Amino acid sequence: MGKIAKKKRSKITAYNNWGYLFVAPFVIVFLIFSVYPVLRTLYLSFTDLKILGDAHWIGFANYKRVLDDKFFWKALGNTVRIWVVNIVLQLGLAFLLMMVFSDVKYKMKGLPVFRIIYYLPNLIAATSIAFLFQTLLDWRYGSFNIMISQIYKLFGATYNPIDWLGNPGSSGYTIAVIQSWMWFGNSFLMLMAGVQGVSRDYFEAASIDGAGRWTIFGKITLPLIKPIMMYVAITSLIGGLQMFDLPFLMISASSAAYKDVQTVMMYLYKFGFTTGSTQTGYASAVAYVLFDIILIISLIQLKMFNRKED
Amino acid sequence: MKIGFYIKKGILYILLILLAAACLFPFLMMMVNATRNGTEIVSGFTLIPSTHIKENWEVVFSYFNLFRGMLNSLIVAVPATLLSAYFSAMTAYGLAFYKFKGNKTIFMAILVFMMIPGQLSLIGFYQLCAKLHLINTYIPLIIPAIAAPGTVFFLRQYILSSLPASLLEAARIDGAHELYSFHRIVLPIVSPAVATMGIMGFIGNWNNYLLPMILINKNEKMTLPVMMATLRSSTDISANQGAIYLSVAISIIPILLVFCFFSKYIISSISAGAVKE
Repeated sequence: MGKIAKKKRSKITAYNNWGYLFVAPFVIVFLIFSVYPVLRTLYLSFTDLKILGDAHWIGFANYKRVLDDKFFWKALGNTVRIWVVNIVLQLGLAFLLMMVFSDVKYKMKGLPVFRIIYYLPNLIAATSIAFLFQTLLDWRYGSFNIMISQIYKLFGATYNPIDWLGNPGSSGYTIAVIQSWMWFGNSFLMLMAGVQGVSRDYFEAASIDGAGRWTIFGKITLPLIKPIMMYVAITSLIGGLQMFDLPFLMISASSAAYKDVQTVMMYLYKFGFTTGSTQTGYASAVAYVLFDIILIISLIQLKMFNRKED
Repeated sequence: MKIGFYIKKGILYILLILLAAACLFPFLMMMVNATRNGTEIVSGFTLIPSTHIKENWEVVFSYFNLFRGMLNSLIVAVPATLLSAYFSAMTAYGLAFYKFKGNKTIFMAILVFMMIPGQLSLIGFYQLCAKLHLINTYIPLIIPAIAAPGTVFFLRQYILSSLPASLLEAARIDGAHELYSFHRIVLPIVSPAVATMGIMGFIGNWNNYLLPMILINKNEKMTLPVMMATLRSSTDISANQGAIYLSVAISIIPILLVFCFFSKYIISSISAGAVKE
């Protein structure tokens, strides 16, 4: 009896050993291309490595320099400013759309078509979007300003062209709006998925019980999408604080607006990869400082969302 | 009361349509302007196409070969997507169905790395590639796709919820080899989820800019987004706006085609990504 059980167990162990084989390729590649680079960056952040040559351990000197550099704080301020405008527009619009399409009174149709159109800008490479809008928004020759001035003319007014991207005051907001334009469809789809994940019966039952549409929205819809709201907020935070493609491609380093749209990632890129100013150790420290900031804000967000539950 | 209801509903529809127009209008402007020459574009805005698409085409292709860029992007994105799909399914199955030492640790590491922003590894990754002489090769853009924590996490959850253990036990009793079971039983069952993640992975690879920009600096090896970014430094092409619009238009056609065929999968994958959390 015991012998059979033992035999059976050893056979199960043999089966379970197959697990190693199945995860081995992942683990090997993961260690080499994910874990090692992250740890290597951490090590380099404590060294004075330029680009070639030897790395000398210099302790926390790089970190001190990051925290003392006013250009880093300026870049962080730019990133946060662009991100806040972007996330308010993006999530706000997605939230309103979700309210409209989940409303029990109006029962709006056409969701399959609308969501495809709203999602479309999110599909396209940031490089293509960057050049499309850079050309459209050129203050003298861009079709956007020309179109506005034609509309003004219809009403007998003259339009004083706005330099959407070149003006330090407006360029950050322009980029934030384009970023929201690219991402609101994605957020909307996620919120809708949360609403549609719920059985229609809940809504109908509440309706039969005489609950008004605002009660239904507040008591059923909102609590249901809360985890997804949190997920969207945190993923967009991680993405948003790493913003690079659009401002990097749309605002040239010689533009007057550059210092007002330089993001932390652009700052990191400047020290990490630009020939002439490469300071690998310093750039690594920038990466870890940014990571800590993202971590802290995520934790605050988590706390805020959890508190609302009570 | 009833009339007020319909008016409000009508206003909502109008707003929804305006928003849809705002999503499409820049692309429409792009299409029209791609057929006009620089002087026409500067002189006024219209939605009536002109006749200069051939000249614009010649300007674009005398500056760079966008089809070469597309081919390079395909050479990167196709194998990366296939490797990611196959090995993620394999890893997810291994984690979901086998009890072995380290299983929990690997799963925890996956959760942690899903939250770690990419910039944290950027410098170390570049240094590693430089040391291994992988700069200007596609290997660092393809091979790391084997380890995609997000995809593994998603597929693991999917396998746990949709693959009955009894099915695999039955296969064992019939004497099926474990790898055979994986290929013939597990893969077909998880294929909808794999396809979903695969399409999103393909789009992500296709659109990726920062990493290929850092790793590839030879013109003939540039992927499409990196090639597009060289527009920045061109003066001859930026003198002709029509050519810029045309190159942007050409660069987004492949992804629009993918979207036409797979929009259902793409939409459902975003929804799935939201619900899994």
